[in-house]
Amino acid sequence: MAIEVRDVNKSFGTTPVLRDVSIDVKSGSLTALLGPSGGGKSTLLRVIAGLEQPDTGTVRISGVDATRLSPQRRNVGFVFQHYAAFKHLTVFRNVAFGLEIRKRPKDEIRKRVMELLELVHLEQMADRYPSQLSGGQRQRMALARALAVEPEVLLLDEPFGALDAQVRKELRTWLRRLHDEVHVTTVFVTHDQEEAIEVADTIVVLADGEVKQVGSPAEVYDNPADPFVMRFLGPVTEIGGNLVRPHDIEISAGPVEGGTAATVSRVVRLGFEVRVELTVEGRDAWVQVTRGFAEQLALTPGDVVNVRPAPGARSLTLAAV
Amino acid sequence: MTTDVAVAAAPPPGSPGGGARPRSRWSVTGGTALGVGSAVLYLSLIVLIPLAVVAWRSLDQGPGYFWRAVTTPDAWAALTLTVGASFLVALINLVMGTIIAWVLVRDRFPGKAVVDTLIDLPFALPTIVAGLVLLALYGPESPLGLNLAYSRAGVVLALLFVTLPFVVRTVQPVLLELDKEMEQAAASLGASPFQTFRRIILPNLVPAMLSGTALAFTRSIAEFGSTVLISGNLPFKTQVAAVNIFSQIEGDNTTGAAAISTVLLVVALVALVSLDLLQRWGSRRG
Ligand SMILES: Nc1ncnc2c1ncn2[C@@H]1O[C@H](COP(=O)(O)OP(=O)(O)O)[C@@H](O)[C@H]1O
Ligand SMILES: [Mg+2]
Repeated sequence: MAIEVRDVNKSFGTTPVLRDVSIDVKSGSLTALLGPSGGGKSTLLRVIAGLEQPDTGTVRISGVDATRLSPQRRNVGFVFQHYAAFKHLTVFRNVAFGLEIRKRPKDEIRKRVMELLELVHLEQMADRYPSQLSGGQRQRMALARALAVEPEVLLLDEPFGALDAQVRKELRTWLRRLHDEVHVTTVFVTHDQEEAIEVADTIVVLADGEVKQVGSPAEVYDNPADPFVMRFLGPVTEIGGNLVRPHDIEISAGPVEGGTAATVSRVVRLGFEVRVELTVEGRDAWVQVTRGFAEQLALTPGDVVNVRPAPGARSLTLAAV
Repeated sequence: MTTDVAVAAAPPPGSPGGGARPRSRWSVTGGTALGVGSAVLYLSLIVLIPLAVVAWRSLDQGPGYFWRAVTTPDAWAALTLTVGASFLVALINLVMGTIIAWVLVRDRFPGKAVVDTLIDLPFALPTIVAGLVLLALYGPESPLGLNLAYSRAGVVLALLFVTLPFVVRTVQPVLLELDKEMEQAAASLGASPFQTFRRIILPNLVPAMLSGTALAFTRSIAEFGSTVLISGNLPFKTQVAAVNIFSQIEGDNTTGAAAISTVLLVVALVALVSLDLLQRWGSRRG
């Protein structure tokens, strides 16, 4: 295991922020720490990096107990959401920083920094200052800076959170590819479930300072541990006291076994997909169908149809309210 | 773990245009032209013209007279004392002001808010009152048993007092705004607290430290009120330039007064310009 966190508790004042958190991060994996804002993701990442001390519990990095080690001695690469660029240093000197601290020979530093700048495609920017870079470029510089010291693990706190949607989407694909080539154990924080599913091989869902579920993106999406995780990982709707994914519901014109009568209240076309809003047993629900299917049934508001979970659909029974 | 960087990952997105964006130095348009115009006019009326008049006056009776006025033994003594003491004062306040700013921003202690307010006292007090306070504390009847009256040490003390706020108040906001995550990034890259201070914090403070020092120095060379009482104005010993100028005017030697003023003006200008150059040079080097 690259990282083993055991029973970590952390409070700020009287507010508990992490509660008995235990996670294992496999060597070479790309793990997403996913959860709503304020759930304790950054705090956990900072505890791993040594930027925050846990009240109780232990952190092991590459098998070594690091709980009491200063950040300086953990050999962890940390990438901050707002880059934390060294404003007074050029891109080159930013990336070289860790190597200069380690007193490596000048020519070795030069070679390594140029390799890294090539890796993050900033070789043309070596002599610029951070203020002369775009957000995406700064973040890549921060990544190169963290990688320069060959960290045991790379920790990224919402690395793309401050970037606009387009750049963000592109950078996540790029991060995935970079990881496939560099193989450094990576943990990144995100509150965006799509980002976690797309990029990570393991997802840790953290909310209210507790680990709610750990698994591959498919496991977490398909077999959510509780209604919270199910809601957080993707769209849900409620039919007959069950929480179901809207694309896991069948609509039929006539009565079917296990079906429930529903009244169509609205049909919204969103390109290829159609969102059918219904009233089932007096409650609002919605179903996601393809355009072809909607046209075939000629669904219009006021129609009475039958709905039931598709065979093999995952659903969670909600406690009666 | 392996961090094999020989392989280049796919082209990263989000890199707008390769070349440096050309930035025009003077793109004066409507609103800014008005702004620049009024700033220049204001500066001319308040600063440039009066200064030019003083410099012009000092040459009323020719450069020979100027030189003689400046190098009379008492004027020269006052000038060297002023410049030397100001230099020392600027240096001490550079160090102490930075330390005080640091403590006020980074440390917690009871009474911090009071201390923070007290820093401004030298600015708030009429300087002659400051002189009175210093004389009471460090004069012949010093309750501390430390008599600095009529000595050069007294002059330095008075100047230290009135110029303390400059460095503190220029460094403090920069320190407050300093991105803490920069320091954390440095630590996780292996830097010790001292290395982080030396390589990350200090370079970011230097511009503010230098401009505070420049202000302290230029204020010192012009200081009158706070030094006048404690120094006793002994010519050749404790008389500062501003007081010397005053006595020249009293003796109806306005040209001589203007000459000494012009020297102070030039010294101040040289100090400001060289600190500015130092700053630019530093920021280029990083
Ligand atoms: N240094 C701190 N001092 C006090 N409270 C903090 C501090 N850091 C975080 N918190 C609180 O801890 C909780 C979790 O924060 P954080 O770990 O940043 O969550 P996330 O990264 O998941 O959004 C929040 O309620 C936040 O206000
Ligand atoms: Mg966070």
